Amino acid sequence: MNAPLDAIEQLIGQNLNDPVNLSRRRFLKGSAVGALVLGFGLPLGATRVQAAAAAPAERGTQVPAFLEIRPDNTVRLLSPFIEGGQGTFTAMAQIVGEELDADPATFLVECAPPGDAYYVMENGMRITGGSMSVRMSYPTMRRLGALARAMLLQAGAQALNVPVSELTTEPGKVVHAASGRSIAYGELSERAMDLPVPDPASVQLRDPSRFRWIGKPVKRLDAYDKSTGKALYSIDLKVDGMLHAAVQHAPRLGMTVGSLRNEEQVKAMKGVHSVHRLPGAVAVVAERWWHAKRAVEAVQVDWLEAAADSTVRAMPADFSTEEYFKRLAAEKGPARDDENEGDVAAALANAKTRIEATYHNQYLHHAQLEPPSALARFDANGSLEIWLPNQAPEMYRADIAKRTGLDPSQITLHSPLLGGFFGRHFLYDSANPYPQAIALAKAVGRPVKLIWSREEEFLRDVLRPVAAVNFRGALDNDGWPVAIEAVSATEGPTESLAGKQGDKIDPTALEGLAGKSYAIANKRIAQIYVKGPMPLGYWRSVGNSLNDFFYEAFLDELADKGGKDPFELRLHLLRDNKRLTTLLNAVGDLSGGWKRGPFTAEDGSKRARGVAMASPFGTQTAVIAEVSIEQGQVKVHDIWQAIDPGSIVNPAIVEAQVAGAVSLGLSQVLVEEAVYIDGKPRARNYDLYPILPPSRMARVHVRIVESGEKMGGIGEPPLPAVAPAVANAVAALTGQRIRSMPLSRYTFT
Amino acid sequence: MELRINQKTYQVDADADTPLLWVIRDDLGMTGTKYGCGLAQCGACSVLVDGNVVRSCVTPVAGVVGREVTTIEAIESDEVGKRVVATWVEHQVAQCGYCQSGQVMAATALLKHTPQPSAAEIDAAMINLCRCGTYNAIHAAVHDLAGHSAKGDA
Repeated sequence: MNAPLDAIEQLIGQNLNDPVNLSRRRFLKGSAVGALVLGFGLPLGATRVQAAAAAPAERGTQVPAFLEIRPDNTVRLLSPFIEGGQGTFTAMAQIVGEELDADPATFLVECAPPGDAYYVMENGMRITGGSMSVRMSYPTMRRLGALARAMLLQAGAQALNVPVSELTTEPGKVVHAASGRSIAYGELSERAMDLPVPDPASVQLRDPSRFRWIGKPVKRLDAYDKSTGKALYSIDLKVDGMLHAAVQHAPRLGMTVGSLRNEEQVKAMKGVHSVHRLPGAVAVVAERWWHAKRAVEAVQVDWLEAAADSTVRAMPADFSTEEYFKRLAAEKGPARDDENEGDVAAALANAKTRIEATYHNQYLHHAQLEPPSALARFDANGSLEIWLPNQAPEMYRADIAKRTGLDPSQITLHSPLLGGFFGRHFLYDSANPYPQAIALAKAVGRPVKLIWSREEEFLRDVLRPVAAVNFRGALDNDGWPVAIEAVSATEGPTESLAGKQGDKIDPTALEGLAGKSYAIANKRIAQIYVKGPMPLGYWRSVGNSLNDFFYEAFLDELADKGGKDPFELRLHLLRDNKRLTTLLNAVGDLSGGWKRGPFTAEDGSKRARGVAMASPFGTQTAVIAEVSIEQGQVKVHDIWQAIDPGSIVNPAIVEAQVAGAVSLGLSQVLVEEAVYIDGKPRARNYDLYPILPPSRMARVHVRIVESGEKMGGIGEPPLPAVAPAVANAVAALTGQRIRSMPLSRYTFT
Repeated sequence: MELRINQKTYQVDADADTPLLWVIRDDLGMTGTKYGCGLAQCGACSVLVDGNVVRSCVTPVAGVVGREVTTIEAIESDEVGKRVVATWVEHQVAQCGYCQSGQVMAATALLKHTPQPSAAEIDAAMINLCRCGTYNAIHAAVHDLAGHSAKGDA
């Protein structure tokens, strides 16, 4: 998602900047930290305010809504962003702690409830996604820490009865050097948080040369809890009187429940509380989830074909992914141009050497390890409390309000840790269990936790989009590219959410084809919008995950046709781009100097290397992959990645994110694909839907280049260049140019 | 039936064929052991039964009667487990963390049986899935625990 949110907003007609007023308020005293209390259940102000988020100068200034410093000097921070493995809780503690003058290790971080105070990003939104959290909130969160420090200094001045100008701070305390006295933050917090927040312009931020924690490999705050099973996810939660629920979904989306042939027998099964008909699903509520699951799988349902007026995207009974790829590749238009520079048609017509190629990719599951769940509880006056994995609390709450008719003030929404992120936790109409959990809790008059089994998850997950791209390229007499045209037959994830094409091109459809920096005089990047039957979602690195594969592989084809080395070709096309030239040379250097091969490795295996680049989410990346063939399949030995996000907050977390993104990039290029036959998925679990196992992982070598350019994202950017680097290496090694993923479809010699 | 879990005795009222995973999680309220696939594919549900790692999502509870079950909740009361956890933290292995209970259990079982496993033994034992891609950090942590000085081969 390089810039998708405006587009989402425009397309789905929901104002994402729709904060609900949260009056400035304090943490509840002694709020419980028990297993079940993840947010604070505070009564939120009911007044809806105008859609415009607070003006930039006002963002992130409601200090007491974010921070509680306890008597033991621990700092509790309510993060606007949710932690799903990407390390944002730790980054937020580093950023706020740096300016607050409190060691990040003393922080406890949780996801903030819905509320306008938490719209801290420079684009005025609140969502954890698009690799936006740190880069879009960095100055604001620093200022928040500085404002809190100023309040503590003011409180210290009162407590010590000295002018504030005589005070300074050391980590966790206010210090009066002249008298040798100091007071811990924890002792001053009560008084400090009652003070008015200072003028945001009045605080001075720390000089970066004096940073203690920003830019350092600070340890993750959640490492211990996540190594001992103590971390709690939505699926782990429990409240008093809670029942468990499981569902059986219609085999194809859009189908509805007809008769249940054995309802009475199922009701009589052990542990069963009740059987329910839901839109497109049957549910069983039971005292134990295992009983609910077993019972619901035993229900014999007569499923009815989708009605003509179905509000969901009905899956046709004859849909097959193989046929769909052929259809996409044959689409003739009309196309809309996203980029059109020079005169592509003339350049192609006049060139002595032309190349054409068609690429396509595969559908993918998110396949996060934590299956979706939701826990819903109504109280006696009809208010709803809900715990659910999500990446946009206000959007979820607004959706729940719409579905239930409740006022948002009657909905308390908790955002537990995510057991895997990858884009799965956006608001996907048919792919989240919370509407079912709410309906069931309402129906049975008790709290209900609904867990989707892995099989139900794979049946209803929204998938990573597919495209077929028809490329044409032209070379000049010296073999350098002078024209490139990419026409992608596809539907972007945002278009899928909207169910239509917008006035502008969906940036999530073409990013990675569009936005390339290579100096090719004539280029055209266009989309043929093809509304398909598959509900689509955002998948880590979104459009870049497929489009950089296409483009960077085709670029190697141009290099080969012109007799150019692919590394040299990229250097040539980037010769006026200092940042990317530096980056490409950095990855070459990291790999010990570019060599394409094939060559014979020390172990006697024949190997080759491939190179690729990507520019996702404000960050620049360059990847080199080394491969060999083992038993007909591609073995990736090493991935070298140079990444330039401008500047960074935590090098250790950056390296971990690169390794993780490499893993997912390898997974998509080597083994993964969601195949549909007759409108149904071939795989509904990891047995038939393999994801990258440890044995297929490569060594990963990372070089972080801090160019000082505007800060870019980290979670997604290291992914897109992996697949094309591998495919390019395979082509160099085997002479076979594979124009689709995954490579496991082919046997190599 | 009577179960021994983490050196305590529990009376549970469960069907014999209920997977151990759901007895641990729902009957006994220990949620550190995770449900990922229910099909012994991912390993998030790994626990120890008499010191051997098993996938509790496909292990009928009746099968562990009379045996000693160890879950992640008791991992630090075991000397090896404690070292594994400390090394996991030192190597900053976890990302989302959901699979890590199972990874820690798998590493603990390996090291209890084979204190100094070879690279091949490590590869054979550490097969749980991780969607965040922490494989290299896991690899480095286990090699560290095995006393291998340098980073092992991928």
